[in-house]
Amino acid sequence: MSVPQFDVKYVAHLARLHLAPDEEIKLGAQLGGILGYIEKLKELDVANVEPTAHAVPLVNVTRPDEVRPSLPHDDALRNAPAQANGLFMVPKIVE
Amino acid sequence: MLNQLTISGLAAKLAKREVSAREAMQSCLDQIARVDGKIHAFISHDDGDAMAQAEAADRELAKGGHNARPLLGIPVAVKDVLAVKDQPLNCGSKILGKFISPYDATVVEKLKAAGAIVFGRLNMDEFAMGSSTENSAFGITRNPWDTTRIPGGSSGGSAAAVAADEAIATLGSDTGGSIRQPAALCGCVGLKPTYGRVSRYGLVAFASSLDQIGPFTKDVRDAATMLGVISGHDPRDSTSVPQPVPDYAASLTGHIKGLKLGLPKEYLIGGLDPEVKAAVDAAVKQFEKLGAEIVEISLPHTDYGVSVYYIIATAEASANLARFDGIRYGARVDGADPIELYSRTRGAGFGAEVKRRIILGTYVLSSGYYDAYYLRAQKVRTLIRNDFLKAYETVDAIVTPTTPTAAFKIGEKSDDPLQMYLSDIFTISCNLAGICGVSIPCGFTKNPKLPIGLQLLGKPFGEEALLKIAHAYEQSTLWHKDKSAMVEQ
Repeated sequence: MSVPQFDVKYVAHLARLHLAPDEEIKLGAQLGGILGYIEKLKELDVANVEPTAHAVPLVNVTRPDEVRPSLPHDDALRNAPAQANGLFMVPKIVE
Repeated sequence: MLNQLTISGLAAKLAKREVSAREAMQSCLDQIARVDGKIHAFISHDDGDAMAQAEAADRELAKGGHNARPLLGIPVAVKDVLAVKDQPLNCGSKILGKFISPYDATVVEKLKAAGAIVFGRLNMDEFAMGSSTENSAFGITRNPWDTTRIPGGSSGGSAAAVAADEAIATLGSDTGGSIRQPAALCGCVGLKPTYGRVSRYGLVAFASSLDQIGPFTKDVRDAATMLGVISGHDPRDSTSVPQPVPDYAASLTGHIKGLKLGLPKEYLIGGLDPEVKAAVDAAVKQFEKLGAEIVEISLPHTDYGVSVYYIIATAEASANLARFDGIRYGARVDGADPIELYSRTRGAGFGAEVKRRIILGTYVLSSGYYDAYYLRAQKVRTLIRNDFLKAYETVDAIVTPTTPTAAFKIGEKSDDPLQMYLSDIFTISCNLAGICGVSIPCGFTKNPKLPIGLQLLGKPFGEEALLKIAHAYEQSTLWHKDKSAMVEQ
């Protein structure tokens, strides 16, 4: 069974997830094993099968477009790691 | 001891004013003080708040409020994945820091409206990822039947708390077996409702197309009561289904004569422990005695369940957990720019299993692999769901073991994620198919004495029949009455 090349560093970058070098090595080996197991899905012919996104046949669930109470501003900010002037503080994005 | 009572048992005493809600709450807190040092089902509990709620319940009871409120004065604890206003919420993780919930989850609102005393934060695998409750940033939870063993997971705290009589009932969440598997390993009743039956608003999302909240209880009647309280359409969850909530307790008639139960031949796998197999075989005989008809059925795509699950669940998790970035809530590790801040915050805040699943989920969704993994998995999911729908054309419910073995030792599988994932082999398909399932006690291993769980899988929105069948079996056996020596002393 062929296991695809798995570039942990690249995927960790996509996930915005810093990994220590020893974590990269361990994860790479473990995920190689898991992907090898998952390969068995390729045995099945799924050419004419519709995908299932979720098991409940509901589509386009909407509600009336009405103003209603939402989380108060102060409550939304209460758990922020850094805030000022009623806003979330973030590192500088634009020079 | 009031903490040992069921919901129905305690509610009857409260209604007659034989006992007070304060006494019941105190009895649970006393049990926690006595045994939780050994089990660690709870991450935290706010005793002052719990007793204040109990006092309020006693005032309502004095006015006869129990007639309209089925849980008035009943202590119910919740998994650390559900928002309870002004209480901490950590999902068993470091990354949420000192997060305090600004609102109640819908199920918590419903519990409170029904009069329950909602207390405590129950331990879990971080972000509900795991089968053993060894992946919590707050330490491991131990099985009340044998503290060298795991309680199951991810809702290990919810199962252990009920099994140890630390709460009258609890709530957990089930994405691939996280209610049924720990219920089986701890010897209580654990119910995963049909996808869409219970609102997920205020449940921290793991895999949104699979997650469902459900109760842990000491018997099936209590599971019916809890389900009736937490079910129903919620405009705040677009996947909750607008379907009326029946009186589940009314379906517990004890009569299952003529009902057809399916026995899937694919579930007799090599890894099935002989004692588990014997207990399930005996349960099947018991069903026959009760007048049910046993039919052999086939669920041909069973063998692909674990693969499909670990693609879909990790893909959805990698997207859902993107919100934990150190900006709006939780812990933050600073960086020179936003990307470095996100990356460092997430690297420091998430544990090993969560990182493993985020990486796997990101990979299966990444450019060039989406069709090969994610789309293919969604198609096989259709095949698995169709297997069940076909089976339900001839049977009313399906009978299986909940787990291939009884509780394993702490540390036994923690270094081998694939072996850990395979321990969910019997519970995963239920979530993929979106049907309902329950685990009930059906025996014990001999040495050591560990609980064995029987899984019943019902039709979509077929909880009435499912609970009727589970109840008829339970009432004809004594397994659910047994307690571990440590709990009883």
